[in-house]
Amino acid sequence: MRDFVQNFPLFSIVGCLLSSSTSSLLKGRAAKWVNTILIMCVGAMSLCVMIYCLKNGPFVYIMGHVPAPWGNEVRGGVLEGGMGLFFSSIMLLSMMGGRKKILEEIEDTKQNLYYILVNLMLCSLIALVYTNDLFTAYVFVEINTISACGLIAIRQIGRTIEAAVRYMIMSLLGSGLFLVGVCMLYDLTGHLLMSNIKESVALLSASGEFREPLLITIAFITMGLAIKSALFPFHAWLPDAYGYSTISSAAILSSLVSKGYIFLLIKIIYRVIGFDIVHDSLLLNVVFGFSALGIIFGSVSAMKEDDIRRMVSYSSVAQIGYIYLGISLGTKEGMVAAVFQILAHAATKSMLFISAIGLTDASNTSRKFTDLTGSAYRNKIAGMGFAAGALSMVGIPLFSGFISKLLFMRAAVNNYGKMMPTMIVLAISTILNAIYFMKTVVRIYSPERNLYEGREGFVKIHTKDQVFYTITVIIFIALNVALGLCSDPILDLISKGLDMFA
Amino acid sequence: MFGENLLNNYAEAVSMIIFAIGFTNLLLHKNLIKKIIGLNIMDTAVYLFLALKGYIKGRTAPIISNGVIEADKYINPIPSGLVLTGIVVSVSVTALMLALTIRLYKRYHTLDLDEISFRLRKEGR
Repeated sequence: MRDFVQNFPLFSIVGCLLSSSTSSLLKGRAAKWVNTILIMCVGAMSLCVMIYCLKNGPFVYIMGHVPAPWGNEVRGGVLEGGMGLFFSSIMLLSMMGGRKKILEEIEDTKQNLYYILVNLMLCSLIALVYTNDLFTAYVFVEINTISACGLIAIRQIGRTIEAAVRYMIMSLLGSGLFLVGVCMLYDLTGHLLMSNIKESVALLSASGEFREPLLITIAFITMGLAIKSALFPFHAWLPDAYGYSTISSAAILSSLVSKGYIFLLIKIIYRVIGFDIVHDSLLLNVVFGFSALGIIFGSVSAMKEDDIRRMVSYSSVAQIGYIYLGISLGTKEGMVAAVFQILAHAATKSMLFISAIGLTDASNTSRKFTDLTGSAYRNKIAGMGFAAGALSMVGIPLFSGFISKLLFMRAAVNNYGKMMPTMIVLAISTILNAIYFMKTVVRIYSPERNLYEGREGFVKIHTKDQVFYTITVIIFIALNVALGLCSDPILDLISKGLDMFA
Repeated sequence: MFGENLLNNYAEAVSMIIFAIGFTNLLLHKNLIKKIIGLNIMDTAVYLFLALKGYIKGRTAPIISNGVIEADKYINPIPSGLVLTGIVVSVSVTALMLALTIRLYKRYHTLDLDEISFRLRKEGR
């Protein structure tokens, strides 16, 4: 007899699919409420799964009563539940913060389509988190790609359609590589379930058979997921896609979509190939090189930008570099740091996007820095949010970004070969971050001295006109400070969850 | 003997070469329609690879015929199932790409992606 909680992962996935098909019949407003309630339910169920697994350990849920090597499985654990909870809360906040923009920028007849896409996106993220089957993971990777593409292209301007095409092309290259990797792994081991593959791979690796095919398989899967999550130098689509889509899409794409793939990669490293085999393959050194370059180049490109949203987008490239840096250190500390950085970056980046839109709204929707002078006085809460996000990105204590930088440093010390390069890259990137984020914060807090007096669009936005938005930004700031101040229990959970993976 | 494995597995090698052709096409071509053709070539190569892996010499398709129910008369059905799933995915992705291409063509009257990006940058928004 299984406990009722074990059904929750499946309920979340099926619930998302059902609500997205029913939303196609609903009007925009109703679809919005379905979406909000759905995200809350998924979050609550993920919380239950996490608490259940803390007490009873991880569980495997067999679908359709077909047992292991043939059937499909879902697996719950502390990290899975925690990620599900975190993803759904960030998604809820992003939707709340961008509510007004969705109404303005998307045609009335397409309002409900937007919520369908968000439901599908949540479905694929939750499925990627919980699934125990590699081919199911591939299918949901594609669903994720399609819904992300829709989220970009639903705002109908030339830039977004071009960005969606570019995103699609890069994504399809990535999923092609991932698919070939999965097929080769099936060929080598004869299994598609993660736990079965792991046993076979361990046997193969012990006997030394098929060494090269195994290495190429790992390389294909890693490269495929790296391309999809915009690791440098595969980030060309990113600034346009994040910079011009409607703001909720930008926040969801930057903070959740790429993280879903990275989480899948971590899962594959631990649960499919085995951490030691990946570490011995020396492939992580290649990833290390790309991530170090990405951190520097992302920051340099962000410095050159003159557009606030593109600047924030480019800083994502650097932050994704951090996550891959943690993975490529090849130690458990590095992995914990990478998972914490996933959380910290998701919480901070979505806040930056949501605050940036408040600032541009108070400046006649211009994103140029010259027009943003003093905008933090015109929209106080957005200014506060942006400043907090910037401080977190730079790595000031009290905010989440500080803890993740600290964890990376600590992890690097334990890795003799990669210690110096990691330290140097982190130091350079912190300085570059400080330059471009502080430049922006100083600019938005410079008194304007009636520069824009009487100019159209440069108006003061009061808190009472944007109650939802204000609440969202305050929750975001609180979340960031909470991640920064109470990092110990969270790190403990992450470490427990990673142990359950192995 | 060197190359023995290659000779024995020539079909897998061919499918990987086709995959590479499709991959490069999708990555490097400027023309959007040719990119989509590349995507389809790439996916088809994977299906060829899967179909090869499921095939066992001297057996028939896994559909019960003449009342024979012994499993060793039929090929492995799982790769065929994977191919079917893959085809569904690639059809939907192709449809989405074509739809986006039509949108871009209506706006800019060209299929050259670099040209479109250049014009967008010139427009400045």
